Amino acid sequence: MHAASHKKFDVIVIGGGHNGLVNAAYLAQTGKKVLLLEKRHVLGGASVTEEIFPGFKYTVFSYVVSLFRPEIIRDLNLTQHGLMILPLESTLTPLPDGRYLYRGPDHFENYRNIAMFSRRDADAYEDYSREMYFMAKAVKYILGVIPPHPTSLHPQELRGLLGMAQHFLGLPAEQFNTLVRLMTMSSADFLARWFESEPLLGTLSASGIIGTFLGPRSPGTAYVLLHHYMGEIDGAFRAWGFAKGGTGGIAGTIASAARSLGVHIRSSAQVSQVIVKDGKATGVALADGEEIYARVVVSSLDPYHTFLKLVDPNQLPPEVVADVERYVYRGSSGKVNLALDAAPELACLSGPGAHLRGAISISPSIDYIEKAYDDAKYGDFSRRPYIDMIIPSMIDPDMAPPGKHVMSCFVQYAPYHLSQGSWDEKREAFGDAVVDTLAEYIPNLKDIILHRQVLTPLDIERTTGLSQGNIFQGELSLSQLFFLRPAAGLAQYRTPLRNYYQCGSATHPGGGITGAPGRLAALEILKDW
Amino acid sequence: MPIPSPFHPRTAALMESHEWRDWSGYLAASLYEPIHDREYYAIRSTAALIDVSPLFKYEIHGPDAERLVNRLITRDAARCAVGQVLYTPWCDDDGKVIDDGTVTRLAPDRFRITAADPNLAWFQDCAWGMQVGIRDVSADLAALALQGPNARVILKYALQGIDLEGLKYYRAAPARLGEISLYVSRTGYTGDLGYELWVAPEHALRLWDALIEQGEGYGLTPAGMLALDLARIEAGLVLIQIDYISTRYALIEEQKSSPFEIGLGWAVDLKKKDFVGKRPLQAEQARGSPWRLVGVEVDWNSLENIYAQFNLTPRLAGRASRAAVPVYLGGEQIGQMTSHAFSPLLKKYLGIASIKSQHARYGARVSVEVTVEYTRQKAQATLVALPFYNPSRKRA
Repeated sequence: MHAASHKKFDVIVIGGGHNGLVNAAYLAQTGKKVLLLEKRHVLGGASVTEEIFPGFKYTVFSYVVSLFRPEIIRDLNLTQHGLMILPLESTLTPLPDGRYLYRGPDHFENYRNIAMFSRRDADAYEDYSREMYFMAKAVKYILGVIPPHPTSLHPQELRGLLGMAQHFLGLPAEQFNTLVRLMTMSSADFLARWFESEPLLGTLSASGIIGTFLGPRSPGTAYVLLHHYMGEIDGAFRAWGFAKGGTGGIAGTIASAARSLGVHIRSSAQVSQVIVKDGKATGVALADGEEIYARVVVSSLDPYHTFLKLVDPNQLPPEVVADVERYVYRGSSGKVNLALDAAPELACLSGPGAHLRGAISISPSIDYIEKAYDDAKYGDFSRRPYIDMIIPSMIDPDMAPPGKHVMSCFVQYAPYHLSQGSWDEKREAFGDAVVDTLAEYIPNLKDIILHRQVLTPLDIERTTGLSQGNIFQGELSLSQLFFLRPAAGLAQYRTPLRNYYQCGSATHPGGGITGAPGRLAALEILKDW
Repeated sequence: MPIPSPFHPRTAALMESHEWRDWSGYLAASLYEPIHDREYYAIRSTAALIDVSPLFKYEIHGPDAERLVNRLITRDAARCAVGQVLYTPWCDDDGKVIDDGTVTRLAPDRFRITAADPNLAWFQDCAWGMQVGIRDVSADLAALALQGPNARVILKYALQGIDLEGLKYYRAAPARLGEISLYVSRTGYTGDLGYELWVAPEHALRLWDALIEQGEGYGLTPAGMLALDLARIEAGLVLIQIDYISTRYALIEEQKSSPFEIGLGWAVDLKKKDFVGKRPLQAEQARGSPWRLVGVEVDWNSLENIYAQFNLTPRLAGRASRAAVPVYLGGEQIGQMTSHAFSPLLKKYLGIASIKSQHARYGARVSVEVTVEYTRQKAQATLVALPFYNPSRKRA
């Protein structure tokens, strides 16, 4: 019997991903007695760093940070607990013909580099950045608010809706139009308003497909592009970053902060069921049969688990069950992590340099990515995938032994549902496709690989519990955002069961390492206390 | 025209930004790359290498060396063992600060003092009638600061003849790099784990090269003054002529400060025998000091609201500012924030401030001036204790 079960808790948080940890820490900060339960031996959910190969630390799943809310860093004193987000300030797009597009922190260097492909694009880049600043600023407001109930007549909801209407209708006409375009267009069409050069279009449009089962020419992807741009204006300080120690470093520091606030954390403790009495959650039952009771239960898992697995769907209104069943996951990405014996040498830009400390994007053109999507549309992984690669050890040398390196490759597309065969059969073929693709740009790659970890959407699902391996706990499509995330009527972190709440990436404002759902859910829970 | 430091052949080769500044007559790099972020993060996450050769350095030796040092500084040099370093201010007859720096006891009868400004004449004047020699060794010693969490492991591989694990915070010891002798002190101006290395100028490049070579797998990054400035503000360390004015440069009495007023009260040992400025400092301690040094944490929501009035999001310079701004309590100005910066690590806008003592309470809600769109605004802020950032590895 565990010591914890003898105690009475105010709150039980299910799942030790970053949102569960943030939620637990905020609730503990107000004096609540909080127990957090994580099924794995390691905390972090999809933000974990693991030494899969001795001496080499892999950022196994998620690998970069852009939107982590600075107020959470301040409120929870995460810096004192060791949080350090290192700048990741360049993107290199190598091309098959040996040329490359490099964008870094130096404004006019970018201008010159883009002008090598199109002088017009170099000028337009400035206008585009400015327009996206306005867009991100317009939408950023939403990140910090609880989604109002659009059809409710409750004064508080009406006030929220009115505020939102005023906010958006107050935008200058030009910005409002751009916003509507962002909400409706494909990222390819949206970007074509500014640019003409292939590598720039390809690389920018790639942000629009991350975590979705859509191609750059699919309508709706322009919004995802904005979602990834949002970090840019957050205090105007750091868009993209790499957490020291990998994304597990973030989870580790939030856990440390949570513990210092009194949160009791138990890992290797899988919750099998939420105990419900008379329409009210009263505790949880663990896989080993242990029961723990609390006034409030919060699930940081995705809706499939929160509504269909942890509770008996019969306890929920049928329309809620139907909505949750229709919620779209469609995992579309995989991950390949490599341990390298030496530094990778790029064909287009050999030797060491700042370009190895940033993102390296295999996205030579929109056609390239759209073709990668074509494979996936019909149930196969991309033969020549889009890859977003970073070399964590170049940014944080502690990730690998001196002189050695780790490489993190986010790969799209890898559809969860294969038309032929299973992922267990095709895993290594997928890994080969990734390494073969990369080797075209990094000639020494195959000679320096010491170890390879290939993660398919099925592996992501098996390890983290993310349904269908969707990295955002469900697609970030407009039909699943804001007051529709995860479904109409479920967007305010509550559930139809009293004292049962949600706080994961499937709630507003969605996926990525933001901590925002965990924090906003805590604020809502406290309103009901 | 500023002259090159002994490390110039190496630092100049790295200089992409071409932003040099004049530090005590030497060319000092403000930053090497076009932006200073990576140099700053190296201090906090890996290791940074900073050329600090322009510091003024003096050696005091002879039978009366301890007596002289004890007469000069406010801390007790008698309690400074060989191999120990004291950070201390020194004052004029009125107990006002002339300068601040480190005092290292190299031998029972030999001390080395680092200073921000020339002090030879003052030291000589104070030595009247004593059996000591005072030498300005500023140009005889090149100096490098190696600062950051990986500093120790890099030194362990680069140097011989020194027990780095045993070298505690504010201790110093001789070491070797091959046949070259140097001196290592566990000191710095960053508030992080770090060392300063003192070597004859003719060996400067050998030392630089050895450190760069050993540091390659540990993220060692040469860093300039901009990165250092951010780190020292986070560490709550004062800068002469910015956070306080030396009595040698003060034009009016009001510009001078006592150690109590610049956060160095802990370094004033009133129990030790007579030293320059002791009596006025005793009186000030009994009476209370007019000013106190505190930290200011600007409220981020308040800053956002001010910018929002102009339909903007906060846009703060990435560089620290040394332009003082007023601090208010209600309508009354109660002091000034003399160094301030956005801390990339803490995600907070922070400053070092001198506040009238009666208002200098931690937790007090105040406001500071910010200029947005050419208009002067007041942002809410809180007075807090210094330092803002104090990792345990600094002393561990």
